[in-house]
Amino acid sequence: MNEYKDLSLQGIWKNNPALVQLLGLCPLLAVTATVINGLGLGIATTLVLLGSNITVSLVRNFVPNEIRIPIFVMVIAAFVTIVQLLMNAFTFELYQALGIFIPLIVTNCAIIGRAEAYASKNPVQLAAFDGLMMGLGFTLILVVLGAMRELLGYGTLLTGADLLLGDWAAELTIVVFQTDSPFLIAILPPGAFLGMGLLIAFKNVIDKWIEKRMASEKANKVVERARVTGTDI
Amino acid sequence: MRKLSISSSPHHHIRRDTGQVMRMVCYACIPGILANIWFFGFGILIQLALAIATALITEGLILELRKKRTERILKDYSAVLTAVLLAISIPPLAPWWVIVIGTFFSIAVVKQLYGGLGFNMFNPAMAGYVLLLVSFPVAMTSWLPPQSIAEQSYSFYDAVHTVFTGFTTTGFSIEQLKVGYDGITMATPLDHVKTSLLQGYTVSEAQQHLILDGAFGKGWTWVALAYLAGGLFLIKTKVINWHIPGSMLFGALILSLLFYMVDPDQFASPVFHLFNGSLILGAFFIATDPVSASTTNKGRLIFGFAIGVWIIVIRNWGGYPDAVAFAVLIMNMAVPLIDYYTQPRTYGHKKTAGKSS
Repeated sequence: MNEYKDLSLQGIWKNNPALVQLLGLCPLLAVTATVINGLGLGIATTLVLLGSNITVSLVRNFVPNEIRIPIFVMVIAAFVTIVQLLMNAFTFELYQALGIFIPLIVTNCAIIGRAEAYASKNPVQLAAFDGLMMGLGFTLILVVLGAMRELLGYGTLLTGADLLLGDWAAELTIVVFQTDSPFLIAILPPGAFLGMGLLIAFKNVIDKWIEKRMASEKANKVVERARVTGTDI
Repeated sequence: MRKLSISSSPHHHIRRDTGQVMRMVCYACIPGILANIWFFGFGILIQLALAIATALITEGLILELRKKRTERILKDYSAVLTAVLLAISIPPLAPWWVIVIGTFFSIAVVKQLYGGLGFNMFNPAMAGYVLLLVSFPVAMTSWLPPQSIAEQSYSFYDAVHTVFTGFTTTGFSIEQLKVGYDGITMATPLDHVKTSLLQGYTVSEAQQHLILDGAFGKGWTWVALAYLAGGLFLIKTKVINWHIPGSMLFGALILSLLFYMVDPDQFASPVFHLFNGSLILGAFFIATDPVSASTTNKGRLIFGFAIGVWIIVIRNWGGYPDAVAFAVLIMNMAVPLIDYYTQPRTYGHKKTAGKSS
């Protein structure tokens, strides 16, 4: 059970693919103009990660070491095609909004990285869980960055929720403020870089704060013991 | 004949501290600001007040957060100078939140997040200006025509009212204030010539317009000359060196002259480029920022020349009519490289390979 806890912590915080490994930045920066775009791409990436990690882990004992990379890429490409066709069928407008960035999931280094570093060396259930947690960590950052940019740029949250969730979700859109002159830079690519930099800085601040607390707790725990035996020898 | 005087070491004295230098640059802006008020009304004063207040509050708050010696650092006037440069770069009647957002970004993100004065890679005022130009294209291009040819004039109270509400006390919007006495909305000279060229006119046809006297923009030329006076004062008092402004103006003039000689119908004359837009202001006040510019004299010459070249290139083929901010930011990125290759020879050492002196 401890292994699972460790995997969750690694995927979502300590070794987060977007914040710490800085992998998959291209789609991360390109599509996060709104929360829903980020969430859509995050879910797609998570599904691909889950599928590729399971498959790679299943075939890990049959794959010759010399040609493992092409095989992993083909596995990933197969899953990306599946996800792409599914999105085309069920969330067509979101599929159009994300455009080229769905097929580009193949080139997301976070996925091949997990296949190579974890799934090809570990049993199926652990590999699957690792894929899920890494995907969730990635999705989390996509959503947070999307929320920051959408809030600053358009003054709304969850616009286009109906594209992902169906017609009932159109009411989920929250208008925080209305403006005639939107803060365009938040929506344009520079805003993504600025937002990403701020998120990484924020994570580092939290990490430092936790470290400090741990250190001070440890210092408090040291108990000075009075020596009661052998003092007079 | 002076007598030989002997003093004990150190022989090299610091003539001015940072605060004095920054204040001198602020004072040197005054002629330009006065000319701006004379030709374009009181708007710039309100922008200045808003910018300086925002800069001081932001800088103070962040210095408190960073646990620095707030009062001492605030007195170096670098935040005030950034605010002044940003305020004179934006349209005089832009809404109040434009200058507040821009100044906050300049001070908080571009300057303090990088470590404060001395550590910022980019010129804070120009990075703030580019942020505003990219984010709020409408507000940032609402330049007024000179009051002499404008249909509506406005008072100081009108300026305050417009900056905060978008309308003058008599209910005119900025769009209406932009109308000249011929009833047509005015653009800046640079913008006007650029648009006319795109529509297929030649440069000399474009310069027939009301806003221009030949190659000289009405009002704009005088403001540029006032900044030139301030800049020459700075060189005279040795606050800045001649290298950056000199090479920057030289680069811009030589390249525009080259294009002008190739095709005078498609490319405006060097005189037009010199006296319109913010070339002079940029050369003397903006590119000379001691932190983000190159630090060796040879490097300064390269730095300034390249900025001048970029300005002409972007003015002719870029999407925006003026280019000083973009050119300065581009060359800020090249400064570490320029400084690396222009390191002066250390006294007593030979030239090292790869680092020519």
